[in-house]
Amino acid sequence: MSVLSRLLRSPEGAIGLALLSLLALMAIFAGVIFPDDPLSIVGPALVQPFTDASLPFGTDRLGRDVLAELVHGTRASLAVGIAAAVVALVIGSLVGTLAGFAGGLVDEALMRVVDAFQIVPSFLLALAFVSVAGASLPVVVLAIALGAWTAPARLARAEVLSIRERDYVAAARVIGMHPLEIALREVLPNALGPVLALSSVIVASSVLIEAALSFLGLSDPNIVTWGSMIAEGRNVLRSAPFLSIFPGIALMLTVLGVYLFSEGLAEALAKRRARA
Amino acid sequence: MSAPLLSATGISKTYAGGGRRIAALDNASITVGRGETLGLVGPSGSGKSTLARVLLRLIEPDAGRADFDGVDLLSLRGEGLRATRRRIQMVFQDPLAAFNPRATVGSALTDPLRIHRIGNGAEQPAAVARLLERVGLDPTFASRAIHEISGGQRQRVAIARAISTRPELIVLDEAVSALDVSVRAKILDLLVGLQREQGIAYVFVSHDLAVVRAISHSIAVMDAGRIVEHGPARDIVANPQSATGRALVAAVPRLLHA
Ligand SMILES: Nc1ncnc2c1ncn2[C@@H]1O[C@H](COP(=O)(O)OP(=O)(O)O)[C@@H](O)[C@H]1O
Ligand SMILES: [Mg+2]
Repeated sequence: MSVLSRLLRSPEGAIGLALLSLLALMAIFAGVIFPDDPLSIVGPALVQPFTDASLPFGTDRLGRDVLAELVHGTRASLAVGIAAAVVALVIGSLVGTLAGFAGGLVDEALMRVVDAFQIVPSFLLALAFVSVAGASLPVVVLAIALGAWTAPARLARAEVLSIRERDYVAAARVIGMHPLEIALREVLPNALGPVLALSSVIVASSVLIEAALSFLGLSDPNIVTWGSMIAEGRNVLRSAPFLSIFPGIALMLTVLGVYLFSEGLAEALAKRRARA
Repeated sequence: MSAPLLSATGISKTYAGGGRRIAALDNASITVGRGETLGLVGPSGSGKSTLARVLLRLIEPDAGRADFDGVDLLSLRGEGLRATRRRIQMVFQDPLAAFNPRATVGSALTDPLRIHRIGNGAEQPAAVARLLERVGLDPTFASRAIHEISGGQRQRVAIARAISTRPELIVLDEAVSALDVSVRAKILDLLVGLQREQGIAYVFVSHDLAVVRAISHSIAVMDAGRIVEHGPARDIVANPQSATGRALVAAVPRLLHA
């Protein structure tokens, strides 16, 4: 509770939390606010925004409601961003913990795999994976996670290398605890703090990669995403720039919200630690 | 005379680092009798902790052997080693560092019981309460977090953890060095009481001869990785043969008049 109140007291935390809550509400209640398929045609094409009260953000080239598309797009962006970050963090911290804890050949082998993944730019990796495996939601999530798990793996390994020399790990060995239990129950939870601090950066970059993929047409065609909206609007950029600008702003606010929230959270946690 | 509980012979361990080689242990040998305390003294950096950790199989020595009640300690592996750990426990110097920061008193004491299947899940809370009472803590401590209790209380919990598996030997590495003098005396009393009651042998590591003298049956003096003197506590304090032994005795003036 005290972390939350401290989070709200810092301007970054408060604004970030407000932005993220708004986006989360939009994502969760998209189907309630706009129960109809956002891809269905509701009016004449290219209605300018703020001219028709029933279509506040206007319509696109096919006469679809831009606001409905935006709200439904929030769902795809956040779901993919968060899912990819979770997958990347789980894989990364498991691999990093095992490498750091096992040491020797296991460490060497796992870290060479990490190197191999880190050499390829994550966007290219995602692009290649989606073009081979086909554009569906799980594939996109996995494709993004593939490029994002290496940073948490490295960080987890570095933490584990320092933690495994601590007395409480020696104490766990002395009472006969199995090495796997030591790695997962004694070491991993204590290595997780700095790794979790990476999560906001990963969510933000995952949202951006998802947008870039769908901009290139590599996303599920039956789902509206901000990236595909921008790609759509590009064709009429001169006559109807808002078609690209609105999803662009949504993307920017999401990334901004994630960053501000993580700044505020890091600060609030640091203060709590300083007090403890 | 019966065979000693533990005899370690010819233990050597060299650290190579920064182009230099440090012989942390150089052909060190000790014996510990059943139910007796061996005090391991020596100046800082003489290799006491390294020897203690070799006996606990936390550090692998380069050479030597250790015989524990007929078991070849240094050749144990995997499951066999983990099972034997029940019989040899350790108490560390810094009681805060020796517990997982997320642990509660109860979880720290339940872990060894669970691992060695001492009692079932229903019986373990009562066993934890008995352990806490035995080391002079209220059973309600079980629900406290380790970081919430004082240093002296934490060291009592560490001792409770060490006796939880009914070991025959406990290695204590500077276990009272970080405690206030008044707390230290009470912890030493507790250790002596436990030894009398359960026949536990101790290897009591300290740089402070006065403390070692108070509870040891025999003493081994270390210097630069070697055991320079090993014998009955009384003899070594009254008439140290090695230069290191004489220096340690001289550093504790009141021992000379005792
Ligand atoms: N992990 C290590 N790497 C390199 N040198 C070490 C390591 N551990 C201990 N040493 C060295 O070995 C010697 C003995 O250390 P230690 O056993 O901790 O002594 P004591 O406990 O008697 O103070 C010291 O010179 C120390 O610097
Ligand atoms: Mg030491």
